[in-house]
Amino acid sequence: MSEVKNILLCGVGGQGTILASKILSTALVAAGYDVKMSEIHGMSQRGGSVVTQVRYGDKVYSPIIGKGSADILVSFEAMEALRYLNGLKKDGVAVVNDYRLPTATTLSGQETYPADCIERLKTLVNTKVLDAAKIATELGNPKSMNIVLLGALIQLMKLEALDWDKAIADNIKPRFAAINRKALDAGIAAVAE
Amino acid sequence: MKQLMTGNEAVARGAWEAGVRYASAYPGTPSTEILENIAQYREIYSEWAPNEKVATESAIGASFAGGRALVAMKHVGLNVAADPLFTGAYIGVNGGLVIVSADDPGLHSSQDEQDNRYYARAAKVGMLEPSDSQEAKDFVGIALELSEQFDMPILLRMTTRVCHSKSIVDLSKERTEKPLVPYAKQDKFNPIPAISKRLHTKVEQNLKRLEEYSESSPLNYVEWGEKKIGIISSGVAYEYAKEVYGENASYLKLGFTFPLPMRKIREFAARVDQLIVVEELEPIMENEIKAAGIPCIGKEKIPCEGELNPDILRQSLLGEEHETIRYDASVVAARPPVLCAGCPHRGFFYELQKMKNVITVSDIGCYGLAPKDIAICMGGGFSVAHGAQKIFNSESDGTRKRCVGIMGDSTFFHSGMTSMLEAVYNRSDILMVVLDNRITAMTGHQQNPGTGLTLAEEPTHMTNIAEVAQALGVKHIRTVNPLKPDEVRDALKWGMGFDEPALLITRWPCALKKMTQTDVEEFGSLRFVNRVDPEKCIGCRACIQTGCPAIEYHADSKKVTIDQIQCTGCDLCAQVCPKHAIFREEKQNV
Ligand SMILES: Cc1ncc(C[n+]2csc(CCOP(=O)(O)OP(=O)(O)O)c2C)c(N)n1
Ligand code: SF4
Ligand code: SF4
Repeated sequence: MSEVKNILLCGVGGQGTILASKILSTALVAAGYDVKMSEIHGMSQRGGSVVTQVRYGDKVYSPIIGKGSADILVSFEAMEALRYLNGLKKDGVAVVNDYRLPTATTLSGQETYPADCIERLKTLVNTKVLDAAKIATELGNPKSMNIVLLGALIQLMKLEALDWDKAIADNIKPRFAAINRKALDAGIAAVAE
Repeated sequence: MKQLMTGNEAVARGAWEAGVRYASAYPGTPSTEILENIAQYREIYSEWAPNEKVATESAIGASFAGGRALVAMKHVGLNVAADPLFTGAYIGVNGGLVIVSADDPGLHSSQDEQDNRYYARAAKVGMLEPSDSQEAKDFVGIALELSEQFDMPILLRMTTRVCHSKSIVDLSKERTEKPLVPYAKQDKFNPIPAISKRLHTKVEQNLKRLEEYSESSPLNYVEWGEKKIGIISSGVAYEYAKEVYGENASYLKLGFTFPLPMRKIREFAARVDQLIVVEELEPIMENEIKAAGIPCIGKEKIPCEGELNPDILRQSLLGEEHETIRYDASVVAARPPVLCAGCPHRGFFYELQKMKNVITVSDIGCYGLAPKDIAICMGGGFSVAHGAQKIFNSESDGTRKRCVGIMGDSTFFHSGMTSMLEAVYNRSDILMVVLDNRITAMTGHQQNPGTGLTLAEEPTHMTNIAEVAQALGVKHIRTVNPLKPDEVRDALKWGMGFDEPALLITRWPCALKKMTQTDVEEFGSLRFVNRVDPEKCIGCRACIQTGCPAIEYHADSKKVTIDQIQCTGCDLCAQVCPKHAIFREEKQNV
């Protein structure tokens, strides 16, 4: 029986974490895994912090995990990685997007954005830093930043062999399929050793 | 075919398979997507109702006429629908009727954390609780069968995690068309006291029969593992228990949870060393099991507040915790949800905040993210303000507090119209405000009676809020564009100047609204974006006071910039800039 793997994706409402996790879980289901995915809607559209959990294996019970249980944490925004770091296993991997979004409290000056959040992360855990916005922009579609990050996740979880073309086709409009496949490959390449 | 589905998508699919003819709802997280998905099945006639009470009544009507019906709402929605539920339970059904209640343990987006399993007990109707999406789909059909067999509406209780988690669903079943149950005039449809007395007897008898069903139901089954620990659980809590104990415990998994199968529970209890009841929120099963004289462990260990998860169970029952990375999380800045860039509500609150001695009595909607003093439940905005104002008016400390009651368009149609009538009828002197953003925004942009479109986006009558208010007897009504602070300031002063109720309507579409042709005719196509001229900006941060998340102040350059992706060109910041450093232009290539 294969062990259940736990993935945590976090970011800010509107960054496309949900689409990335949809593509991910579509491919996992097609590959024959039992999959559960949990996302909380509600306030996410209004710039709040968002987290999606994806679990896969032979048999998955709970759709959510608790602290210290994720094999990998993919953070679409730099500071959010620190917010959800306690979800990660001690020997897990953190993938962090070098992309900063101010919060309402940092914009108003009530709080300061921790400029050193990525440096902090590096001292705490095995961290892969990606400039997904830059990679996506160079490919000609800044909006596919989320797919670049998905690519990194795929590489680190050793899931490259799954049918990603089909998973993309199932979730993305045909005219954006090719560019998103490129973004996915770029994400895979970005963290390949 | 197997597909990943959310619990809400699965309920919609289940309704389709089971031959449901009529479905209604008022939106509310986490239930909203049930109707949005049902709307995609052409065989089901589906609608948004103005509120949960009328949604339930309409579904009851459809059931009486002989069609299978479904109605869905969030937990607090069932409070609104409680009246038809209780007498509906006496009358029973003709075509099957399932009432979906989606509870929100953990308060992901709700104002309370009530446990609607109590409603099954209070109204004396059967209840089913799915644990995952497959069950969510299957239980709809079973609930309809039971409803017809036991002559009662059946409650399907979901929770946020069941509604919004995806799991694999088998879609091999097709729709079975159910012939209408012929309508015939019956005593039971007329619950006058003499008839209702007999109906009450029927309810008690049916509950007894339902108890027997619960004992033999395949939805309530045992999974044997280690017998040192026996776990009784339902809903998503069952999945958490399995996650934590795996094969190291035995389970009595309950899908049909009211009435409880007490004989089955007793037998299960007798064969395990220790019985644990794992339930989210209230100790409902636990109390009933204890009252039946069966010892068990429950809420003395497992918290009754908040959402459960495998961690909480592991910690409370086994005293175990996963190791986590230790670090200083205090450097992480809060990221609360805020009104979107370009939100029309922002302009109104920007001006309201500046008024002195004002008590802001708000309501439930996106505008709840803006500053407020008081809010309680949907439609409470005007009536709470009215009651408070009566007391404030009797105060003689000389301050003269003024209550401003605030609600959105959807909330006005939901239950705000009676709230307004209260103020008119009882000679209030409050200022009422309807923030009409032309949509039900908070729950994800559903149509409502004021938008002119139905759930299927077909044109319908567009109810006009000012006309309603006029008909209710409001004599002073003004409509403004909330993104024009000067207009708002003026109107607020005007609205406070009466010793009668006055109404201010702010009318501008939600920044995320999919604009209709009618909207474009009224408001224009709104393709703008604002920019800051760094030469003119003096870094005074007046624009930051609007709270728009697209505006950022840079301490190094002492200037602000506007995020061109987020900005909708609403132009509010430009109007508050003392140096006219912000200007608006047409958005390119969209
Ligand atoms: C009784 C009840 N039903 C449903 C909800 C869910 N809900 C919260 S806010 C809201 C809609 C608010 O719409 P509107 O008043 O138009 O304000 P907007 O969000 O558009 O600003 C709904 C349906 C609730 N909180 N209570
Ligand atoms: S115009 Fe100003 S207030 Fe409006 S969305 Fe743009 S930055 Fe925000
Ligand atoms: S969804 Fe609409 S109403 Fe709600 S905060 Fe955003 S712009 Fe405002």
